[in-house]
Amino acid sequence: MSDLTRLSAAELAARLGAGDVSSVEVTQAHLDRIDQVDESVHAFLHVSSEDALATARDVDARRASGDELHPLAGVPVAVKDVVVTKGMPTTAGSRILEGWVPPYDATLVERIRGAGLPILGKTNMDEFAMGSSTEHSAYGNTRNPWDLDRIPGGSGGGSAAAVAAFEAPLAIGTDTGGSIRQPGAVTGTVGVKPTYGGVSRYGLIAMASSLDQAGPVTRTVLDSALLHELVGGHDPRDSTSIREKVPALVAAARKGAAGDLAGVRVGVVRELSGDGYQHGVSARFSESLELLRGLGADVVEVSCPHFEYALGAYYLIMPSEASSNLAKFDGMRFGLRVEPEDGPATAERVMAATRGAGFGDEVKRRIILGTYALSAGYYDAYYGSAQKVRTLIQRDFATAFDQADVLVSPTAPTTAFRFGEKLDDPLAMYLNDVATIPANLAGVPGMSVPAGLSDDGLPVGFQVLAPAKADDRLYRVGGALEAALENSWGGPLLDRAPVLPTTEQKG
Amino acid sequence: MVESQNLPAAAGGVELVDYAEATRRYDPVIGIEVHVELGTLTKMFCPAEVSFGAGPNTQVTPVSLGLPGALPVVNGKAVEYAIRIGLALNCQIAETCRFARKNYFYPDVPKNFQTSQYDEPIAHDGWIDVELEDGTVHRVEIERAHMEEDAGKNTHVGGAAGRIHGAEYSLVDYNRAGIPLVEIVTRPITGMGDRAPEVARAYVQTLRDIFRALDVSEARMERGNVRADVNLSLRPTAEDPLGTRTETKNVNSFRSVERAVRYEVSRQAAVLDAGGTVTQETRHWHEDTGITTSGRPKSDAEDYRYFPEPDLVPVAPPREWVEEIRSGLPELPVARRRRLQGEWGYADAEMRDVVNAGALDLVEATVAAGTSPAGARKWWMGELARRAKQDELELGDLNVTPAQIAQLQGLVDSGRLNDKLARQVLDGVLAGEGDPELVVAARGLEIVSDDGALLVAIDEALAAQPDVVAKVRGGNLGPVGAIIGAVMKATRGQADAGRVRELVLERIG
Repeated sequence: MSDLTRLSAAELAARLGAGDVSSVEVTQAHLDRIDQVDESVHAFLHVSSEDALATARDVDARRASGDELHPLAGVPVAVKDVVVTKGMPTTAGSRILEGWVPPYDATLVERIRGAGLPILGKTNMDEFAMGSSTEHSAYGNTRNPWDLDRIPGGSGGGSAAAVAAFEAPLAIGTDTGGSIRQPGAVTGTVGVKPTYGGVSRYGLIAMASSLDQAGPVTRTVLDSALLHELVGGHDPRDSTSIREKVPALVAAARKGAAGDLAGVRVGVVRELSGDGYQHGVSARFSESLELLRGLGADVVEVSCPHFEYALGAYYLIMPSEASSNLAKFDGMRFGLRVEPEDGPATAERVMAATRGAGFGDEVKRRIILGTYALSAGYYDAYYGSAQKVRTLIQRDFATAFDQADVLVSPTAPTTAFRFGEKLDDPLAMYLNDVATIPANLAGVPGMSVPAGLSDDGLPVGFQVLAPAKADDRLYRVGGALEAALENSWGGPLLDRAPVLPTTEQKG
Repeated sequence: MVESQNLPAAAGGVELVDYAEATRRYDPVIGIEVHVELGTLTKMFCPAEVSFGAGPNTQVTPVSLGLPGALPVVNGKAVEYAIRIGLALNCQIAETCRFARKNYFYPDVPKNFQTSQYDEPIAHDGWIDVELEDGTVHRVEIERAHMEEDAGKNTHVGGAAGRIHGAEYSLVDYNRAGIPLVEIVTRPITGMGDRAPEVARAYVQTLRDIFRALDVSEARMERGNVRADVNLSLRPTAEDPLGTRTETKNVNSFRSVERAVRYEVSRQAAVLDAGGTVTQETRHWHEDTGITTSGRPKSDAEDYRYFPEPDLVPVAPPREWVEEIRSGLPELPVARRRRLQGEWGYADAEMRDVVNAGALDLVEATVAAGTSPAGARKWWMGELARRAKQDELELGDLNVTPAQIAQLQGLVDSGRLNDKLARQVLDGVLAGEGDPELVVAARGLEIVSDDGALLVAIDEALAAQPDVVAKVRGGNLGPVGAIIGAVMKATRGQADAGRVRELVLERIG
């Protein structure tokens, strides 16, 4: 049997549908792969073998009895540990939730389970999704499959690495300032942040409510479209959920892969290039643009003058919302509870001791930032001004989308950096998200597509942005670029990734 | 004088100033915040059921427990109720408004922030006329009415009197967490003089009546459905700027509202008289001793770090909907009382008695069932009030319906029952024997109008008292009463005394 873990979700779905392979075989192959490589990659915080195999057996039985199944039924998926899963530990990468087993499923998990996708487990992440390297996880670093000494991006390093290491064909990530797209870029995978409101946030442990969005992490554009269509769509339990139907994403990906971009206007954002962008990153970006031109796209330059202030606004809005969202972690109802070492165990002192012991440094840093920004007397200057900047950025997008159907930029300014390189320099770490943050502030969708390797031999991402609710444009352009690049490379980028050291299979 | 006799014991070394004296020297200004729990089937932001008396933490969802990942969704019914309240208080209804987060750490607030409305309330700038017991009307201006969620309930176990200080541990019940509330905030209420306590009480009472009339809440004070915080300050005269205020929290009965205002007037007057300044602070009301004590000073007030709730979208009630709600508003209590008094022709005092006895609905229903207003009042304020008092029940809790009272009065009006029999029939109705007609039949209580039966009894009585017959025949009608009495006795009071007299005279004739 060929290695099932090397197949895309679409290919697996086709083989499952044709009865060439069972979901139990597919799921077991991935569980075995996790067993072999995750000791070195550490993409998973929790592997739910039994649960996954039970789902697989159920899907196989239903298929055998002729039930109508979802196209992805039986294809396994990994879920970022910030998404609550009933009966499966959920930590958000934090000590403060160690051992917590949620009593309910996130809406997107309900949809995944409803469609019969075995859940392989929960993936590692920066604590509460705060970080760009997964180094802020309380449970150890996830390593980049391309170079085990380097970061897999963050906060969703676990999901990206799991997919890049062929431990899962599909994964769910969340993106507040780039946490799906930047890990996608540095691991050579595809990641999509849908339009804000496109995928229900019900059951996502919130960092910044007005910015958080869940989305697919996969190896191909088509796979992202398949997973996006499954988890997307209106949810009455999320008031910010979009009521309109999700556009036809799979069709758009297929149309893109056919290679015709005639008449599509591609806007290059002037402000997202130049200083700070690694040479190889810029070079691969330019080559990708040439390919798009070759497919008939009309490449224009657009200006988004207020993007300059995006990072500043983001680091006021995000911590402000986070400081309030993370208040519930207090040791009173769930998760870690720490009593003060001396003195009375009053509620207030237990809360303080629990939060002191349970939160890591980056989380504390953002809670303090946000608490300060929302304080009486500072609110207008900080949170208020940041919201105004947000409006200006939305206008920049509106103007740019008058001139272009999609906007493009490098996803991240650099390739994967080494562990520890930016850990003690928060500002340097924050700069990694400079190109991804504007989309979150404006609520527009974005995708990162592998664009080749930089001079250092590490993957580079190409970012596509589209107007709100026009996620299908990402898939059309992303699908076209992916096909053209793979054609030029003679195969997927991940074929060039190094072979991972494996642990001998047990038994 | 009377006031000084009624003064509660001074607390914490505070010498109180006699109330009448205090209001001669100072002009009290009050402001009242009333919280009302809405009677929706589910909570403000999640589908957890709401009902009184459920076991602890049984009416919860991930949302009302504040579990990670949970998100709020606004209860449309709660918005409708809030609009109803706003309209009844003559408020403007916002075209769009938002929820905000009020951030503070406390175990009964599951998310450690309360989802409330801050700078964008759903209703604002209204007024309501409040009628005092003597008929004086005072207009109270409403600054705003906004939506928010209730907190859970703490129970402190061990230590003194269930207070947190000295408790061994505390239990939290989140059933109440997330129940929709509307908070109604007045503008400063001025020009009351010494009647401030009455105005405060009447205001809260009026709101309670409105909540019930609007059917937005059971509005039961004793269950905490309606809770009041009373702000009060004194100033030398009505021309002076407002003084420093205190906020007395959780004053939860009409009587307490009145007493708390009275107490704070006396206490603040004492502070000012002694040349001191009133500390701006929250104060706790003690129902048992009738005093307020210092809570936390407002200068230490927490910074709630309000910001717009990012998990919710703005609430923008369409104008047509607001107008639909407005047109469906029931008649409000004051207007209704005025209308009914006019229709019934009651004197002011009679009407007040009916209202104060809680008999308005009962009288109205009895009249609607065909009884005259005077007849209905006679029953409910007379015999029924007596029985309710005797059994320590509210009138409405008596085991008799207005329709039954109307039927009973109908039997009297048609001559089938006299008052005495009617009271016996009422006994039967109250004992659960059914409608008056049934009781009459079952107990055989109807007036005997069959002449044949009466004549038998009369003939027996005449035969038994030949001397009386002789006297009557001799022209002395005086002793005829003895015969009538005998007949009434024989018929156990069920004979029509007038008819008996006619028949007796005929017989003796």
